[in-house]
Amino acid sequence: MTDPSAELEAFRAEVRTWIEQNFPKSLAGRAGALMGGETIDDSQREALEWGKRLGAKGWATPTWPAEYGGGGLSQTQARVLNQELDRAGAFNPLVRTTGMGITMVGPTILEYGTEDQKQRHIPRICRGEVFWSLGYSEPNAGSDLASLQTRAEDAGDHWVVNGQKTWTSGADISDWCGVLVRTDPDAPKRDGISFLMIDMNQPGIETRPIRLIGGASPFCETFFNDARAEKNEMLGEMNAGWTVGKRLLQHERQSQTGATSGLGGGPRKSLGDLAKEYVGVDEQGRLADPDLRARVTDQMMEAKAHALTLARIAAEARGNAKVSAAASIMKNAASTIAQKRAELSLEIMGSQGLGWEGEGFEKSELDAVRNWLSGKAMSIYGGSFEIQNNIIAKNILGLPENTQRG
Amino acid sequence: MAALTEEQALLQEQAKSWVREEAPVAKFREMRDSGSEHGFDKATWASMAEMGWAGILVPEEYGGVDLGYLTFGVVLEELGRQLTASPLFASGLVGTSALVLSGSDAQKQAWLPRVAEGSAILTLAVDEGPRHAPSATGLVAEEKDGGFVLRGSKTHVLEGGSADAFVVVARTGGEPSSDAGISLFLVEADARGVSRQRLVTADSRGHARVDFDGVEVGSEALIGTRNEGAPVLHAVLDRARAGLGAEMMGVASQSFDMTLDYLKNRVQFGQVIGSFQGLGHRAAGLYTEMELARSCVEAALQALDREADDVPALCSLSKCKAGEFVHHMTNEMIQMHGGIGMTDEFDAGLYLKRARVLEATYGNPAFHRDRYATLKGF
Repeated sequence: MTDPSAELEAFRAEVRTWIEQNFPKSLAGRAGALMGGETIDDSQREALEWGKRLGAKGWATPTWPAEYGGGGLSQTQARVLNQELDRAGAFNPLVRTTGMGITMVGPTILEYGTEDQKQRHIPRICRGEVFWSLGYSEPNAGSDLASLQTRAEDAGDHWVVNGQKTWTSGADISDWCGVLVRTDPDAPKRDGISFLMIDMNQPGIETRPIRLIGGASPFCETFFNDARAEKNEMLGEMNAGWTVGKRLLQHERQSQTGATSGLGGGPRKSLGDLAKEYVGVDEQGRLADPDLRARVTDQMMEAKAHALTLARIAAEARGNAKVSAAASIMKNAASTIAQKRAELSLEIMGSQGLGWEGEGFEKSELDAVRNWLSGKAMSIYGGSFEIQNNIIAKNILGLPENTQRG
Repeated sequence: MAALTEEQALLQEQAKSWVREEAPVAKFREMRDSGSEHGFDKATWASMAEMGWAGILVPEEYGGVDLGYLTFGVVLEELGRQLTASPLFASGLVGTSALVLSGSDAQKQAWLPRVAEGSAILTLAVDEGPRHAPSATGLVAEEKDGGFVLRGSKTHVLEGGSADAFVVVARTGGEPSSDAGISLFLVEADARGVSRQRLVTADSRGHARVDFDGVEVGSEALIGTRNEGAPVLHAVLDRARAGLGAEMMGVASQSFDMTLDYLKNRVQFGQVIGSFQGLGHRAAGLYTEMELARSCVEAALQALDREADDVPALCSLSKCKAGEFVHHMTNEMIQMHGGIGMTDEFDAGLYLKRARVLEATYGNPAFHRDRYATLKGF
């Protein structure tokens, strides 16, 4: 019998060596390097290069099957990998550069895709070669997603798609888009929907970026005018798209619980330290504004409770990667905590936390304002705060369904 | 629930079924209505001791089983669910941890075996005013003839009426309100000059005021080092807070279950009231709070077992989050039950009253927010 813990330690050593040999030390703790502006600088190029190496090894998608280009690791091994990445200040660039590929589309293709679909799509996601967007919401189908109207008609050897999607994150730069379309207009609304994977590089698709309250955004309006989708690009059965799409949303929620590792946000200044900087302390070293102090502490304790809950869920799951209903709880908690943090940051900075651009403000101050605004979306996208509460009430607590369906 | 060991899971099962069959909330109500002198039922306590629960933290050499804080917490949560009244927490956790952490071998020999078998009750006498303030100790222990004379009063002493001995927090030096100069003494309840007065509290449990009027003790009564009792006191209090966190989780999760059950069964306007979004969303919010609070409670207990560095912060976090949740939950329980929740015949009020006592004991959420901020350096 081999000793499992010794085996795991051997794996850890292997991972550590590989990271040492492949991760550029200059990028340590700089996941933000990828977020750069419009021009690509050296550190960004370096980050992309690092992403290629990670992808080639299969470790950008550590638990996906090796036969499709994934790492083929167990959940326990993947945790070790993440710990080692964190330890080195390393991050997984592909989580960003594949759009929704790693976090949502890939897991759903692995679950519902045909062998042919897996062969064609999964390896390219693993290597970070494609950017995926998702066409779900429409101008008249937000929380009530099932009322979507974009339709796909059978044109013999392919589908013809017409309609408009909105909040399509990254549509303008995406290579592929997972689109929910109506394939049976006569069926009850949830039963006439299919999931199509559409090549974005074609004349029938037009994208227009949406400007948000915080300025430029990754979101787009996406128009399909006689766009073409191949027959072999339907994910799941025809008219079973609601099930596939809902499953994908569970992966989305999971990615919004704050649990997604490998993003490598790096250590942020604690709110308490930020407040000390702007507000100062009294003789005992306490924040000079006692009311603010209490509220900052409350936020930090909530954040700690959230982090401990993520750790507890991971410990309880012990290798069971099933997406749980707990994702709804964690998403709501995560958005509340992040929004509270953003509001407090602004309050702490006072008038310096109200700048929009230009002279007179530090970059960190301007960033705080933009984060505060863009963070308002957290409790709206991926199923709003209220929709999550519907899901908790119905699926976890077993309360009878509300008239407004989740 | 945290990933429990097989032993912990077994004990949890044992506690769950024993509480359900032998000490349900109806038994607590019976005890309350009987006007029990000490705020618990002797037979109930004896049967808990028989199962070895009083010795969960007592080292094996002193007759216990030494199973740690998460294990103790698992039992306390089950007791909390049915408001089972006993001196288990005060004696088996708080008093015991003071001796285990800092007692002399003679003190341990004299008390721990009896605590473990339930024949003696130990408790901590710390607070002197209406708000928890451990460093503000004013009870004075003056040196005299190689021993000490204790003068002062303690209030809200848990199981103060039935305790056989007190771990008394006293000042042997230092400025008022400072940690320096605090010492701990082990004082027997029948020592001359000790008098106690029962405090009849809203939760019907055994709290007392204890007066120390020139109580003379020998130097062997000192627990640990003179003037250096504060670190031990804080360590004991943190253990107590982690235990209270577990009990509050029990009180709160039972309150949650009762309320959810009501939402699924009470019919108004021709439908169960749980189908109304105005109630469903509140229940979802409470559930979310409960999951977060539970993580804090378990993390504190596990940190104690691991002897981790962040024990103080985690214990304050646990006491605060569980305290906030049990507060919110018991209020919502009353509100969502409507009129029935206001009646004494229904159990909701018993949970509400116990909740407020637990919240206040050894520091309310505001106390622990303040402490957390201090620990984090702001």
